Amino acid sequence: MGRDLTCKELVELITGYLEGTLRGRRLRRFESHLAACDGCTRYLAQMEMTIRVTGTLTQEQVTDEQREVLLAAFRDWKAN
Amino acid sequence: MELVDQLQPAMLRVARMYVSTTAVAEEVVQDAWVGVLRGLPGFEGRSSLRTWIFRILTNIAKTRGQREGRSLPFASLAGDDLDALAVEASRFDSPGGSSRGRWSTLPDDWTGIPEDRLLGHETLDVIGRAIASLPPMQAEVIRLRDALGWTSEEVRNALDLTETNQRVLLHRARAKVRGALERYLSSEAT
Repeated sequence: MGRDLTCKELVELITGYLEGTLRGRRLRRFESHLAACDGCTRYLAQMEMTIRVTGTLTQEQVTDEQREVLLAAFRDWKAN
Repeated sequence: MELVDQLQPAMLRVARMYVSTTAVAEEVVQDAWVGVLRGLPGFEGRSSLRTWIFRILTNIAKTRGQREGRSLPFASLAGDDLDALAVEASRFDSPGGSSRGRWSTLPDDWTGIPEDRLLGHETLDVIGRAIASLPPMQAEVIRLRDALGWTSEEVRNALDLTETNQRVLLHRARAKVRGALERYLSSEAT
């Protein structure tokens, strides 16, 4: 456990880090590696950018037909 | 109908994971909405409304799938690559030397990429295609979390996942989407 993280290990912990589930000694090892490593700092920035760009994807639209079917189902339900 | 617009596309995709055809998935979603209307007076607000709606949906979809004789092992939805590396091993120095496990070539610095290119429709297409090619549960987790902004707790409840499963699915999904973006951005570089 005293050993430092490698870059290869760090990239597998990144989601836990971003999710806030990495804690205690594992978090400190992650952060101390990151502070000293340009490659992993860039990787983390890439991941954060990937998440941000994914957040701008637009949703599929509900078609008029789907909407009609649904409204009909609601009317049926009310009528019962 | 605003809630329908927000949730319907994801509801159809989730239902489709459990049942055999799009037509059956559409029926499941209708039944779920009726179940929502029926159950609404008893909704206690212990989870978010959308989480509660998805619980109703997944219950109906799973029951319907079982009745169709479709039994899906977790791996068929989650993908069989959950243990794969986020970044290919060849990107790191191989075992042996003192630099074992370190980047052999650093990831590119993306901070200089202009916003209009990063958020342009070509980039979004790359991401959309990468997500569409993921195993269904990985695709749904990254869509709900990163495209629609749901919390991890909402996604766990809506899709009936453990905390660990949710995180592992998100990890694989994000790793592959980042990889697709990296291939696209580096092929564009001059």
